[in-house]
Amino acid sequence: MGFSDTDWTAIWLTLRLASTVTVLLLLIGTPIAWWLAKSRSRWKGPVGALVAMPLVLPPSVLGFYLLLAMGPGGPIGQLTQALGLGILSFTFWGLVIASLFYSLPFVVQPIQNAIEALGERPLEVAATLRAGPWDRFFTVVVPQARPGFISAAILGFAHTVGEFGVILMIGGNIPGETRVVSVQIYDYVEMLEYDRAHWLAGAMLLFSFAVLLGLYLFRQRRSRAGIGVGA
Amino acid sequence: MAVSDICAGFRLSFPDFSLDIDTRIPARGITAIFGQSGSGKTTLLRCIAGLQQCEWGRLVVRGETWQGERIFLPTHRRPLGYVFQESSLLAHLSAEDNLQYALRRARPVPPRDLYWRVVALMGIGPLLQRYPQQLSGGERQRVAIARALLVSPQLLLMDEPLASLDAARKREILPYLERLRSEFELPILYVSHSIDEVARLADHLLVLDRGRLAASGALAEVLGRLDLPPGLGEDTGVVLEGRVVERDARWGLARVAFAGGELWLRDSGDAPGQHLRVRVLARDVSLALASHGDTSILNRLPATVAEVAPDADSALVLVRLRLEGEEGESGIVARLTRRSADHLQLVSGKKVWAQIKSAAIVK
Amino acid sequence: MRGIRLNLLLVLMGASLQVQAEQLTVAVASNFTAPMREIAGAFEGETDHRVRLVFGSSGKFYAQIRHGAPFEAFFSADRAKPEALEQAGLAVPGSRFTYAAGGLALWSGDGNLVRGGPGALERGDFNKLALANPRLAPYGAAAVQVLRKLGLEEGTRPHWVQGENIAQAYQFVASGNADLGFVALSQVSEGGHIDSGSAWEVPEDLHDPIRQDAVLLKRGVDSAAARALLRFVRSERAAAIIESYGYR
Repeated sequence: MGFSDTDWTAIWLTLRLASTVTVLLLLIGTPIAWWLAKSRSRWKGPVGALVAMPLVLPPSVLGFYLLLAMGPGGPIGQLTQALGLGILSFTFWGLVIASLFYSLPFVVQPIQNAIEALGERPLEVAATLRAGPWDRFFTVVVPQARPGFISAAILGFAHTVGEFGVILMIGGNIPGETRVVSVQIYDYVEMLEYDRAHWLAGAMLLFSFAVLLGLYLFRQRRSRAGIGVGA
Repeated sequence: MAVSDICAGFRLSFPDFSLDIDTRIPARGITAIFGQSGSGKTTLLRCIAGLQQCEWGRLVVRGETWQGERIFLPTHRRPLGYVFQESSLLAHLSAEDNLQYALRRARPVPPRDLYWRVVALMGIGPLLQRYPQQLSGGERQRVAIARALLVSPQLLLMDEPLASLDAARKREILPYLERLRSEFELPILYVSHSIDEVARLADHLLVLDRGRLAASGALAEVLGRLDLPPGLGEDTGVVLEGRVVERDARWGLARVAFAGGELWLRDSGDAPGQHLRVRVLARDVSLALASHGDTSILNRLPATVAEVAPDADSALVLVRLRLEGEEGESGIVARLTRRSADHLQLVSGKKVWAQIKSAAIVK
Repeated sequence: MRGIRLNLLLVLMGASLQVQAEQLTVAVASNFTAPMREIAGAFEGETDHRVRLVFGSSGKFYAQIRHGAPFEAFFSADRAKPEALEQAGLAVPGSRFTYAAGGLALWSGDGNLVRGGPGALERGDFNKLALANPRLAPYGAAAVQVLRKLGLEEGTRPHWVQGENIAQAYQFVASGNADLGFVALSQVSEGGHIDSGSAWEVPEDLHDPIRQDAVLLKRGVDSAAARALLRFVRSERAAAIIESYGYR
């Protein structure tokens, strides 16, 4: 049976969405993770909890609030209109924004853990070797916390691929724009086209398993090689 | 204030510790910062490096202000090298890349031969391709010291660089530190809680006690004081700077002259004229009112009692003695029972004979 | 003491006399939530049966019933699923009937956009047009029929945003993310008139009837209560309730 053209469109869209979100999340999540790892501010607790919210919130709740927030009366909607971008719900970039919220903890937490495990010492050492803050970040933090960044990227990507509830709420099911694989599967199930659903769902299952297996092997190899923080 | 000095003043307080120090340190040779653990040695060093924020701070190094009322140079803008207590090599880089990390960032750009000079000085040529986890503790510290030298520091800070090593590793590294001292015109602040290391390496000594400065000055002068707060106990003793004047091959001895006189010591193979540092422990010095020939003790020197002070051990006293020789004057300390001191009626100004049972060449 | 014992005995006797009273579990499409609650209340008032209502998506109910879900009757949002269940031998043959026909409305949160006709669609002065997914929801299929009849299907298609069901299409418009959309009349009418924004009640001749069928499931074949409930839904009293919620 294989994949239909609309399936391929959905697969391609999903990969494009997940890649875009992963890149943006690494850029946005790293400073947040850094702040959460280093700050002693009393806002650290609330901010950490806020970042972790999508872990426990039902996606439909998050989706519903994003729908309201991105609408013409909502804060995001007002911002995007003021910037001349219009209303972003039902668009690819609307999904990107929603996914940024939804997958944020999956990117922030591995990076935060890696930075915390790194400790102050390597940064102090680099400072005594004349390395400024940015220099220290790229020559010490990035290479030493690399497993954390890789975990973050993989989890952020995979989680965005698996995103469904939020996209359902704000996507509008537009082919090539917002109809991602998970929504396509849902449609097939609702249309009672179980064979087609099986193909896509099976592919997704294999993908998720392969990603998580890869992540597991990567971590195992690293810990066996003993390369990492410390020494 | 001399331009060649380091003016350092810092004040900070934690719930269970406070530091309040304002002193001047000569910007040459090795200055040891000595004290028991918790006395604030490392905190002071971290303040000087800019790694520790403090409530009030003033730091002027050779006339350049690193820290003041409105100035705070961040660590990476302070021209210093820092050797941490435990190995601090960047784990993701090989030994060579750790050195290159420093060399690439050194300002001013160091002379071309510096790299190989430092590698040779620290004897790490064969280790360069290894990663930190493939090096022994002593090798790691030698690479770390080399790395600190390669950033062209104007001041080298060393925080107990030997503390994490066993005795054999310490013996392995000490000669490198001495070579460093003699080959580089570089002021070094050396934190230690080991009086052996201090006696061997330091020229100048700061003694810290619970975050306050307890004593400071030239090594011999400070070690000759009887009121050092940590109470050195068995380790109480002085250091004498001298030179070899004669070697006696028959008995395997060498005659060493110092300001207050001469000592016969076991020949360490040093040629005549060689400068030496000799450590005389107070417990190895006994006193007599007359010079006796019928004793196994080789070294008998005329001395004047300068001060008698109680020891931490109530059965003992410490006696500071002035030795007057042809070339000048030196001080040594004797540690005796209170009973003996009473028997000899030791008071300031009394002439005695100091019998030195043994003395060690520490350098 | 004696009196209490006697009372207890009478209560127990009373319970045994009502041995025919049953507890029913009924799956109901979510768009029919409000009228079904009222109907079930009326039914429980007239009989001694108890009805437990489970609301959800018809597609999920279909999958659950195929895998042994414990429902006696199923009120679908379409005709296809009850029919498929009947063919699969999971429903009692001949028990299927249409319990409600939905009305369609073109609705906007903006009180001036839709003025009782399809003018706004023709002018094209809107950002998005919300509708239920026509492949999944009868309301969506009906909306597409309307657009086709008006010759507006291709012209408006780039502006379509599809909800997975009619409730979501309503949400898109209600939250202001879509300027207008095809929604169920029952969602926007209260006591026979539109309660907010502006709307066009789409004439019935522009689309096939949006029929919602109910069916007695195999599990309920011997249940007198289930049969009674299905009978009651077809009664005058139930019809009045259904109509009051905007169904035809």
